[in-house]
Amino acid sequence: MLNKIWPFFIIFSFVYAIFNGNLDSVNQSIFDSAEDAVNLCITFLGTICLWNGIMQIASTTTFVNKLSKLLKPIMKFLFPDINENDKVYNEISMNIIANVFGLGNAATPLGLKAMKSMQEQNKDKDTLSNSMAMFILINTASLQLIPTTVIAIRNSLGSNNPTGFIIPVWISSICALTAGVISAKIFMK
Amino acid sequence: MKIINYLSNVAIPFVILIIIIYGMIEKNKVFDTFCEGAKEGTKIVYNIFPTLIGIFLAIGVLRSSGILDAFLNIIKPIVNFLGIPMQIMPLALLRPISGSAATAVATDIMKNYGVDSNIGLITSTIMGATETTLYTIAIYTSVVGIKKTRFVLASALIADFVGMITAVVIWRIMS
Repeated sequence: MLNKIWPFFIIFSFVYAIFNGNLDSVNQSIFDSAEDAVNLCITFLGTICLWNGIMQIASTTTFVNKLSKLLKPIMKFLFPDINENDKVYNEISMNIIANVFGLGNAATPLGLKAMKSMQEQNKDKDTLSNSMAMFILINTASLQLIPTTVIAIRNSLGSNNPTGFIIPVWISSICALTAGVISAKIFMK
Repeated sequence: MKIINYLSNVAIPFVILIIIIYGMIEKNKVFDTFCEGAKEGTKIVYNIFPTLIGIFLAIGVLRSSGILDAFLNIIKPIVNFLGIPMQIMPLALLRPISGSAATAVATDIMKNYGVDSNIGLITSTIMGATETTLYTIAIYTSVVGIKKTRFVLASALIADFVGMITAVVIWRIMS
């Protein structure tokens, strides 16, 4: 994707700048951008490593396992076709909890495993089943409790309150997911 | 406003506390594990760095050449109609397509309009509340070799759109 868009962006910008006499500022921005990337990465490094360390602790405990049991009522609504005793059920709920805690390294493998298990039960191997579609939809929503990357960026830009946007993130995520799920339920019928 | 701020700030120490206590109860080597994870973190930054330079270059020249403003002027009527601030449009368009590009664009927006400004806060909220939709769909469908994805893309994009509008509305109310 970026292989196509990226050169396109640069070529068009240069051509546009030549015709509009903005070449000076373009020249300046080329070197600024490289410097900005370095600065961002350095300030970013601390927060990212810190969170990764905390989340590593979480992933070695049975935390995810236990919390996934709390999802029961929601699971029934989202995945009416999946039996509670099925191993897929566990894979799905653990994937969701791992997502909530931002355990990307744990969430993706669990998610892919769940997809494979659901594919085994899928009658039409070419087409997503209702459960698979719902599962992907949930994974395209951001369930992450603490948006660590954004906090890292805000911190590196010298924000007075790097974490002050978290509750709005939760509200927006919930609204987004609700809209997605409702639309999916409608499309299924 | 104050309550939201307070809860936002309390959430992080609270999560860290629970995780560490949990690790201790289960008798894990909490500090060693932490260091292991932190080491992994450097790899994440190491991996994202080349993409960041590339995207910053593209965004930098798009902005400084004036072509970005020209493009935004064209779509202005539609965006104004929806009540979305013009400044966040580059993010709204890139967010579903590329995670690293969206991170770079969001950083650029926050730097230019102020990280604690309304635009900066909307940008942060959108970044936190949405995902790289197309990438996720691609991974999850390709792993099982499925070609017909039915309504998934439509529903996911509806969710993204609602998430973005909600972010805008929240900060409009709170400011």
